[in-house]
Amino acid sequence: MVNFSGAAASAPADAAARTAPAPAVDVRDLRVVRGGRSVLKGISVAIARGTVTGLLGPSGCGKSTFMRAIVGVQKVAGGEVRVLGRPAGDRQLRHRVGYVTQAPSVYADLSIAENLRYFAAILGVPRDDVQRVIEQVGLQGRERDLVSRLSGGQRARVSLAAALLGAPELLVLDEPTVGLDPVLRTELWDLFHALAADGATLLISSHVMDEATRCGNLLLMRDGEIIADDTPAALLARTGASEIEAAFLALVAKQGSTTVAGSDAQSSDQPEPVKGATR
Amino acid sequence: MSQSTPAPASEQAAAHSPSVTPAAAPAATPTPTQDSATSGRARASVRRTVATAGRVLAQLRHDPRTIGLLIIVPCVLLVLLKYVFDAQPRTFDHSGAPLLGIFPLIVMFLVTSVATLRERSSGTLERLLTMPLAKLDLLLGYALAFGALALLQAAVAFGLTLGPLGLHVSGPTWLLFVVALADGILGTALGLFVSAFAATEFQAVQFLPAFILPQFLLCGLFTPRENMQTVLRWLSDVMPLSYAVDAMNRLTAQSGVSGLVVRDLIVIAGITVVALALGAVTLRRRTA
Repeated sequence: MVNFSGAAASAPADAAARTAPAPAVDVRDLRVVRGGRSVLKGISVAIARGTVTGLLGPSGCGKSTFMRAIVGVQKVAGGEVRVLGRPAGDRQLRHRVGYVTQAPSVYADLSIAENLRYFAAILGVPRDDVQRVIEQVGLQGRERDLVSRLSGGQRARVSLAAALLGAPELLVLDEPTVGLDPVLRTELWDLFHALAADGATLLISSHVMDEATRCGNLLLMRDGEIIADDTPAALLARTGASEIEAAFLALVAKQGSTTVAGSDAQSSDQPEPVKGATR
Repeated sequence: MSQSTPAPASEQAAAHSPSVTPAAAPAATPTPTQDSATSGRARASVRRTVATAGRVLAQLRHDPRTIGLLIIVPCVLLVLLKYVFDAQPRTFDHSGAPLLGIFPLIVMFLVTSVATLRERSSGTLERLLTMPLAKLDLLLGYALAFGALALLQAAVAFGLTLGPLGLHVSGPTWLLFVVALADGILGTALGLFVSAFAATEFQAVQFLPAFILPQFLLCGLFTPRENMQTVLRWLSDVMPLSYAVDAMNRLTAQSGVSGLVVRDLIVIAGITVVALALGAVTLRRRTA
């Protein structure tokens, strides 16, 4: 996935380059209000290119809203979201960002191949890309099956395959592994890492904390705020917890006692990869 | 699952990108930097419109029962009408012709409003709007697909009414098809627009009696429009279905192509364009 077009092509191919000049996603003070309720309360986050970032938090904490804002389908009340150097939702991003909603958004009354051929036509990618993504999600041999006859997990994979068409530079995946058996989940995580190794950036949400260790970087979210932005190892070390769930609880407890944002004094005013709690 | 073959996949992707990028860089338009919500109006493309129409037709193809109902129900109703007025053949001439204009409109209205509602609720609309699809691609794709279906329906209904049921039509048959097609596309356009106000399929179905039945009563099927009370007459003058029925009535009564039929067709086309434009307004890339 080395299709950084134009200027970005000269960027170092080092996938793990966390110091890359322009982050794939740059969010500053993002606020979303829905029905008078503040859903996102001023989020600032930078996601480096070529990384797999996990967005973890309890159901209803604002994960999906945050992802919708990055894809550019969410009305925002304030703040700035820049994706691959452009404002979120910009026309030129529509080829470069793949998005999988929580509920599989494919046509139930079409076959797998018909669904993917249609989305490929809309994206303007060659037809043989359809077979590639079908194989990537492990649905080869089922091309002619109607989506309505598939299991929930298989539908989710069709939806994922549609997002992989055209090899987008940024993939925003809302709970892509829900309801999948452990073997399939492992295979999908391997796929995610392979995509990142090729240069893609992935933001993957989950409410299953044990998936956290598979991510290079973690965003812990609670009640519309990012309460931690760090690597899994650093999070565990900082909280002294043995697993992410315990680290999450420790951070929530700490947030309750000290209302001051960011317990790490080292992160001064730099808005770059924000370490520790943000606001 | 291809975790063992990431390299070929990336080669393929790299091979694809050249063919993707030309479309991705649409004519260095100075992208307005004012507001991300308004920036980026995708241009309509024939390829995407045709792909959308093909997709809608493929969905119908997987649902033969719906196609059967769409085609057979109008025919059954026309046969019933014929024999309800068995004693007064002139009444069938009077009411049969308007129905040929009403059926495509009603049926396409219903099918479209449910289809677009499903598109909204299944999340596929949101997915499409994150892709390089112009709203017009979607609207025209639907209009194209259901227009084709309206033509098929009209062909069967005309074959039945002009043949075995013996409806007398003075005007040219091709113009009957033009009017039926215009009515079908008008129904699609109205359905696209109205479906934006339905949150559930129950509501969408209720829009048929709410939106179409008043037009049905005032379109001149039961009483000639010129005999109605002034207020009702005005109402009927602004209702799209009135023009669909007028056009069919004129075609059955007069030979040749009268200017009034052309005027009716222009009104129908105008309302279609307005409904499509309003429908486009209801398709928002950004929602709350």
